[in-house]
Amino acid sequence: MSTKPLLEVKDLAKTFDVSAPWLNRVVERKGRQFVHAVDGLSFSIAKGKTLALVGESGCGKSTVARLLVGLYEPTRGSVSFDGVDTAAKMDAAQRLALRRRMQMIFQDPYASLNPRWKVQDIVAEPLREHGLVRDVSELRERVAELLRSVGLAAVDSEKFPHQFSGGQRQRISIARALATQPEFLVCDEPTSALDVSVQAQVLNIMKDLQRQRGLTYLFISHNLAVVRHVSDQVGVMYLGRLVELADKVELFARPRHPYTRMLLDAIPDIHMSGRARTPVRGEVPNPLNPPSGCSFHPRCPLANERCRQERPTLTLFQGVQVACHAVQEGRA
Amino acid sequence: MSRNPNPQPQAAAPSAWRRFFDGDLWHSYRSSPMAILASVIALVCVVCAVFAEFVAPHNPFDLSTLELMDSRLPPAWIEGGSGKYLLGTDDQGRDILSALMYGARISLLVGLASVLLSMLIGVGLGLLAGFAGGRVDGFIMRVCDVMLSFPSILVALLIDGVGRALFPHAHETLAFLVLIFAIALTGWVQYARTVRGSTMVERNKEYVQAARVIGVGPLRIMFKHVLPNVLGPVLVLATIQVASAIITEATLSFLGVGVPPTSPSLGTLIRVGNDFLFSGEWWITIWPGAMLVLIALSVNLLGDWLRDALNPRLR
Amino acid sequence: MSPTASLLEVRQLRVEFPSRRANLLALDDISFDIAAGEILGVVGESGAGKSLTGASIIGLLDPPGRIAGGEIRLEGQRIDNLPYEQMRRIRGRRIGAIFQDPLTSLNPLYTVGQQLIETITAHLGLSHQQARRRAIELLQQTGIPAPEARIDQYPHQFSGGMRQRVVIALALAGEPKLIVADEPTTALDVSIQAQIIALLRRVCKEQGAAVMLVTHDMGVIAETCDRVAVMYAGRIVEIGPVRDVIHQPAHPYTVGLMGSIPAMDEDRERLLQIDGAMPRLNAIPAGCAFNPRCPRVVERCLRARPELMPAGGTHAACWLHAADEGRAA
Repeated sequence: MSTKPLLEVKDLAKTFDVSAPWLNRVVERKGRQFVHAVDGLSFSIAKGKTLALVGESGCGKSTVARLLVGLYEPTRGSVSFDGVDTAAKMDAAQRLALRRRMQMIFQDPYASLNPRWKVQDIVAEPLREHGLVRDVSELRERVAELLRSVGLAAVDSEKFPHQFSGGQRQRISIARALATQPEFLVCDEPTSALDVSVQAQVLNIMKDLQRQRGLTYLFISHNLAVVRHVSDQVGVMYLGRLVELADKVELFARPRHPYTRMLLDAIPDIHMSGRARTPVRGEVPNPLNPPSGCSFHPRCPLANERCRQERPTLTLFQGVQVACHAVQEGRA
Repeated sequence: MSRNPNPQPQAAAPSAWRRFFDGDLWHSYRSSPMAILASVIALVCVVCAVFAEFVAPHNPFDLSTLELMDSRLPPAWIEGGSGKYLLGTDDQGRDILSALMYGARISLLVGLASVLLSMLIGVGLGLLAGFAGGRVDGFIMRVCDVMLSFPSILVALLIDGVGRALFPHAHETLAFLVLIFAIALTGWVQYARTVRGSTMVERNKEYVQAARVIGVGPLRIMFKHVLPNVLGPVLVLATIQVASAIITEATLSFLGVGVPPTSPSLGTLIRVGNDFLFSGEWWITIWPGAMLVLIALSVNLLGDWLRDALNPRLR
Repeated sequence: MSPTASLLEVRQLRVEFPSRRANLLALDDISFDIAAGEILGVVGESGAGKSLTGASIIGLLDPPGRIAGGEIRLEGQRIDNLPYEQMRRIRGRRIGAIFQDPLTSLNPLYTVGQQLIETITAHLGLSHQQARRRAIELLQQTGIPAPEARIDQYPHQFSGGMRQRVVIALALAGEPKLIVADEPTTALDVSIQAQIIALLRRVCKEQGAAVMLVTHDMGVIAETCDRVAVMYAGRIVEIGPVRDVIHQPAHPYTVGLMGSIPAMDEDRERLLQIDGAMPRLNAIPAGCAFNPRCPRVVERCLRARPELMPAGGTHAACWLHAADEGRAA
């Protein structure tokens, strides 16, 4: 088995300039404002595995997704896919070849399909764009095959997106993403907008496809239960930084970082096991003005002076990567 | 046991015509008497204009058929009028009714052509501004602002004047083109702004991002993905602008700087007839005016209905 | 069902949407009770009709939707057929409402204090000073820090979770007996969600207000509610105490629903999935609406529509539990 990971991310960062227009800044004497949406992320994903990135609003997980597929340019850091740096200079053909291998599934099933296009055209677009299939009848056959692989019928290709339900649209999105036979799929909250029973269908399909085709997933979600079901490794994000990165079993059995613990405690206890939970405190701070040092310190029951001053780095601790002074000092 | 969990008639997708007649638009049309009336009137006007040679009882521009004896005849139902000239004749014996039809043809031609041109300019620039953003967007919007500070007639006069100065003995077609261009320049800003707004909304939608992830180039995305989704309001705008373009052309022709005198439009007819208003021969100017109002009104009403029918909130 | 007079009684409620094609029945003979001080959850997937139920009770049904049959009684008095003015007075005073989006529930042009005071003076007839004191009290109760200062701030100066607390305060301002909450936590982060549902539960118990909590999230129901009603295609398919419905669901849909939720405490290779999707309003099957997707369908399900009948600890609308069916659940 190859030990080289399929995807490797090093110190990835993305800063957005959200300053007011120049005139306003001059008149109101305001400085420039930046949002560090992603602030130094490093992780890797092995082939055939699923890494889940979990976090609440403003943590930057959607930005990470878009950085990986090239919708944004990183401010800093590198993304390597199969050993190739995605930011390196390459000609159009090479870049197209890279795009073929990485695809994305989006969150909103209602906005991710062009409402004026037929399903046939939507699913065939990647095939056309990459010149993989030229013959019209072969194109039809491939689209039909793709639709069948996600549980839809070939005749559905003649319909428009508004004739389908949310779950079915999401399956069309998956069919489109699989058209170029990619190796890596970035899934940005693919089931968050779906009902629970439909979510189950889509998650099952995704797992089946992963098994059948050896796909690698980056799965982004705010729902820890879903993450537990689909992932092999889990990364917890807070305000643009990774606070914990561990194997799924380890993370859920023994969460180390205080924020991970807080998240796990906040999940409604559907089976009413009556487990003891620490109440949740505070809210996610404004990303324009993040706290100093460790960005979690205002809400952390274990915060001390060092936490207010010094930003913790992600270090290995008992087989798990954690960014927390309390953990490293043995206080947690 | 393989039961279909969603038993629905598995018909193949219906044809485009079927979909149209089943759709809400057709139904809204059928249930709006005003829309039907307006469209019928507009259709009659268009047919008369297009097929003027066949529909008009006379050819008012064929000098050989004119009879000076029949000049300044009042409309048929007034004493002194003749059944041969239903709406009366002008000072050269030309049948007003026929002149209306030929005039309407010119007016409609210029109106439609200029709307088409301004649509092309406006939608194109709007798409570019919305898609490119940044400085390009800023620049195009400033151009729009500047254009809006000028009264449209002034702009048309300016272009027309410049055109005449540049090509003093211009070919008739060239004169027409300059006129169409002048009127088009007064109307494109509306399209640009509307399309820019819609483009900015659509640009952030996930199907556009999906296309970018697939690797589709920006031009293709602009025209194949975004354009079909922003055309809705453009259609409504175009319908309403046809009326405005026709009136602008009529104004210019009335002022004497519109269509060449050899192909009189409704505006020209109004101007010509104005001179006879005070001598009591009202029909020479009133009928072209009424025709102009009729066309503009019916097109405006159609545009209103279309805007309400396409507005999802009002359904 | 409680034999004592319930605070809210809904009997055979039918809501339809007349459209030019057909008369779509969105709610079909809904009946349930809410006792004073009780928290009833109404759970279901999109299109099941749970939001419509809430809207009908508050009297905010969007036209062309209208109540086509049945009764809604609040403390014995019928409220479904009241003229607009009377309903307006009931709304706010006796029924409070919390909606999903805190951004649009508050008027951005008025301060939080102004909106609270307006509601209090309108419904409780207090003077401005007294209303202001009461408003500060309410903000305190809902956990907003430094309420004397924040009462004069505008909604955009609050974060999402804080805004939802203000909305809860606003709903409680008129001292209503019943609160209808439609997806109050769906737009919030999971850590804030936990705080808000704890708040809702505490404050409603303190004030003695009954709550009808509409949501698609079974976890929120488990944390907050005393009883829960499961809706499917415009009907209630199961209703009962929360513990029983969650641990021992009687209706196959509820079983499927519980099975498709990924659990935090066990690992499964595949989630239980219910094939197909909820039928659209214009394509509801005859008999039991769930029959095309039901793994335990029998012939009777295709012909006749079941009413709610006792099934273990709950009531389920399923022929499998009919007394004469002879089959155990």
